[in-house]
Amino acid sequence: MEHYLSIFVKTIFIENMALSFFLGMCTFLAVSKKVSTAIGLGVAVVVVLGLAVPANQIIYQAILAPGALDSLMGITDPKESIDLSFLSFITFIGVIAALVQILEMLLDKYFPALYQALGIFLPLITVNCAIFGAVSFMVAKNLTLGESVVYGVGSGIGWMLAIVLMAGLREKMKYSDVPNGLKGLGITFITAGLMAFGFLSFGGISL
Amino acid sequence: MSSDTKKVLFGPVVDNNPIALQVLGVCSALAVTSSMANALVMTLAVIVVTAFSNLFISIIRNQIPSSVRIIVQMAIIASLVIVVDQVLKAFSYQLSKELSVYIGLIITNCIVMGRAEAFAMKEKPGVSFLDGIGNGLGYGAVLMVVAFFRELLGFGKVFGFEVLPLVQNGGWYQGNGLLVLPFSSFFIIGLIIWAVRQWKPEQVEKD
Repeated sequence: MEHYLSIFVKTIFIENMALSFFLGMCTFLAVSKKVSTAIGLGVAVVVVLGLAVPANQIIYQAILAPGALDSLMGITDPKESIDLSFLSFITFIGVIAALVQILEMLLDKYFPALYQALGIFLPLITVNCAIFGAVSFMVAKNLTLGESVVYGVGSGIGWMLAIVLMAGLREKMKYSDVPNGLKGLGITFITAGLMAFGFLSFGGISL
Repeated sequence: MSSDTKKVLFGPVVDNNPIALQVLGVCSALAVTSSMANALVMTLAVIVVTAFSNLFISIIRNQIPSSVRIIVQMAIIASLVIVVDQVLKAFSYQLSKELSVYIGLIITNCIVMGRAEAFAMKEKPGVSFLDGIGNGLGYGAVLMVVAFFRELLGFGKVFGFEVLPLVQNGGWYQGNGLLVLPFSSFFIIGLIIWAVRQWKPEQVEKD
C-alpha cells in the first residue's frame, strides 16, 4: 500500500507531467485561459490517462515485450524469441485513439451532460503528449499492472493541477500591465517557467 | 527558386514560426535542448518526419475518407517515427538513449499532425513536402537558439567544444546552474518570442 501511495505522490508533485517533463505543453499553453475550461480538460486527461496506461501495459506485457509470445508459439530456443517491441509506438497510439473514440461514444450515450462539457476536448486528447509520454514512461519503468493504474491516475491529476493553477494565474494576469511584445504567449511561457521553478522544490522530498 | 516556393519553405522560420506563433510542438522543445548535439538530432528527426508525412498524406489525400483521416494520418506518422527511432538506435545508440521517450513523442508532436491536417490535406505533394521541411526548419531554428544559450552559458561549450573554460577545469567561467535545468528553456523561448515580436510588431497578440 505504502509503495502505491509513494508512486501516487511522486507522479503528482515530483515527476509532474507538465512541469517536470514538459509533456502536454501545447494544450497546457493554449487551453489555459479560463479556469473552468482548464478543469474540464484536466478531468478528461485524468480519465484517459487512468484507462490508457493500464490498457497499454496489458498489451505491451502480453504481446509486444521481448519474449512475451514465446510460450504461446511454443518457442523454447532463445535465438528464435519473438521481439515485437519495435511495434510499440504504433500500437500505443492506436490504442489511445481507439480508447478516446470509445469514451466519446459512451459519454455521448450515457452521460450527455458530461459529454457536452468535455465535448471539444476529448478528440484533442489523442494528440496530447502527456498521454503518450506517460505510456512510454510506463514501458521504460517496467511497471506492473497495479502500479500502472496508480501511475496513470496520478500523472493525470498532476497535469490537471498544473493546468488549473496556470489558468488561475492567467485570469489574474488580465489586470497586469505586460509589455506589448510579451502579451499572450510570451508571458505565458515565462509564467510556466516560474511555476516549473517552484515545482522543482518538490524534488527534495525523498519517498 | 520562385517566390512562392521560397515563402512555403522559409516562411515558417520567422514569419509563421510553429513554436513562437502557432504554439505547436513545444513539449520536446523544452526537454531536448540541454546540448546542441541533441537539439540537432531532434531537429533532423522532426524535419524528416514532417516532410515525409506531409508528402505521403498529400499523395493519398483524395483517397482518405474524412471520417477516418486522423487515424490514417496517425498510422503514417507513427510508421515514420518508428523508422527514425530504429535508425537512431542502430547508428547512434548513445544519443537515442539520451533522447529517450522524446523521439517517440514526435508522433504526438503537434507540428506534424497540425501541418498534415492544415496543409497536406489540401495541397499538392511537392508543395506539401516543402512545407514540411519549412516547418521542421522553423522548429529547429528555435531549438538550436535555445540549445546554444543553454549549452554556452550552462556548460561553457558549443557543440561539445569548450568556448568558455569552466572554473572546475582551471578556467575562469562559472557555469550558470539555472540554465542547466530544463525549465530555463521556458524563459529563453519567452524572451525569443518577445524579441521576434519587437522586430515584427504585426505578431503582437490583441487582448
